[in-house]
Amino acid sequence: MNVLDINNVTKRFGNLVAVRDVSLSVAKGELCAIIGPNGAGKTTFFNLISGFFPPSSGAISFDGRDITRLATHERVTLGMARTFQITEIFPELTVFENVRIAAEVAGGYRLRPWINRLETGQIHGNVEATLKLVALETKADRLVGELAHGDQRAAEIAMALALKPHLLLLDEPTAGMGDQETFQITQLIRRLHRDSNYTIVLIEHDMRVVFHLADRICVLDQGRMLAQGTPQQIAANEAVQAAYLGNAA
Amino acid sequence: MSAAQTRKLIALAAIWAALLFAPYWMVPLGGYTALATRVLVLGLAAMSVNFLLGFTGVLSFGHAAYFGLGAYGAGLTLKFLAPSTPLALIAGMLLGGLCGAILGTLIVRRRGVYFAMVTIAFGQVFYYIAFQWSSLTGGDDGLRGFSRQPIDLGLFKLDILTDATSFYYFVLFCFALAVGAMAFVLRSPFGRTMIAIRENERRSRFLGIPVERHIWIAFTLSCFFMGFAGALYALVNNFADPRGLHYSQSGDFVMMAVMGGMRSFWGPLLGAAVFVVLQDYLSSVTVNWMSFVGLLFVLVVLFFPRGLLGFLQRSKA
Repeated sequence: MNVLDINNVTKRFGNLVAVRDVSLSVAKGELCAIIGPNGAGKTTFFNLISGFFPPSSGAISFDGRDITRLATHERVTLGMARTFQITEIFPELTVFENVRIAAEVAGGYRLRPWINRLETGQIHGNVEATLKLVALETKADRLVGELAHGDQRAAEIAMALALKPHLLLLDEPTAGMGDQETFQITQLIRRLHRDSNYTIVLIEHDMRVVFHLADRICVLDQGRMLAQGTPQQIAANEAVQAAYLGNAA
Repeated sequence: MSAAQTRKLIALAAIWAALLFAPYWMVPLGGYTALATRVLVLGLAAMSVNFLLGFTGVLSFGHAAYFGLGAYGAGLTLKFLAPSTPLALIAGMLLGGLCGAILGTLIVRRRGVYFAMVTIAFGQVFYYIAFQWSSLTGGDDGLRGFSRQPIDLGLFKLDILTDATSFYYFVLFCFALAVGAMAFVLRSPFGRTMIAIRENERRSRFLGIPVERHIWIAFTLSCFFMGFAGALYALVNNFADPRGLHYSQSGDFVMMAVMGGMRSFWGPLLGAAVFVVLQDYLSSVTVNWMSFVGLLFVLVVLFFPRGLLGFLQRSKA
């Protein structure tokens, strides 16, 4: 069964059609990369999936369940987690506290006025395992706002992972990173995909990263799905080359 | 135990010691016990405002309404229902808290300036009700004709009506209960979601927190604390004043919280102490006492953006 099924979604903002009749299915364990020129509608498409706003038409289902009209937090509860192009974290809290909030919400404790020793132990275990996965365990007591950009991105991914999602949405995970940091994040995503078997959809501009990671690449251009396929198929696709290089070529 | 934890524990012990012995050290310093009682009650109100402002990150500019409702709830209970101090406190707290819970459902959909404006608007509704409904509330003159009642503890009676020191300790006991409950909530998983919302609302939503519902719970809890403080205030004065619901009173509470330090738990109590003591001292010297309090407020905001307590903590570290 597919984790994610998107059928003919369209999003209009007034006269602007940001996403036009796009369909996409993501199988369990797959890593699907969405690429496209600036303004192609990639982030709008992501916002539709994660419930930032509802589509103007079309339907989205997650684990076989229609989620088209569900609120963001309900989608998260069903097992969908995302990161943002501009890192969204709790800057004045420590790395540990950032991830603990995610772990407590995922554990169903968000409304609890107290938490016992056993439950605290489970939460801390989850947080520590997650921090180890993203290699932040030695920085657990640092304030997230004081970390380097790459570590902040990793902390945001850790918060998403602490939710134990079935689907991980990463919006430009390497945005604003140098070569070294890009390499580290790419390795991390690769580990999550290959070793931990996460289903991942990501938006990315860095083609080295995309071709290194993706099982499948989707190309958006002017709100339309221009092409879908394996990295080899996309590299050979003339329409994609035209969209990226301009029709003059 | 780490050095930071030890320091925290010592600070906490110092605060409680200062509060516990206030009647003994305030009088030699030129104060009086009733002044300390007022500091506790207004401090509790400022801490309730800060429960929202400092720990959830939303600014209510109409919280005096729930404070005033608490005062009227307590006063009306003593006057018309039963001469029982505990019952009056519970009634005041329920009135403030339940009104907050109902209006909160409408308020929590707004953010920022709009949140503040809506809280003012609803607050003013209660002010005008208290002001106009003379037959019940006494209108402009306020609600009179009731007084706090001695507390029967079985073995002996605690005379809180005439003995200022007994009353101080009674209020301190109530204060400790409320503040303990507040600290308990803030240290819980729910309390951590409040801080998450303060830090980054979008991230909180995308962690699966229904942000509006959590703000509503925090708002409601804060209104219960506020109603409780208001009920205590009615006992302090044996009087409930419609101006206690007015938005200028809300402004005073916000001022206390910000002046003392809104990111720290105890900051608003310090802010309330400075405010109340200055008011007490300056109002006997000049009718324009508020200009001096305002001047101090401006200086604190300009030079100690984390408030007086934030400044003290930093200079210690």
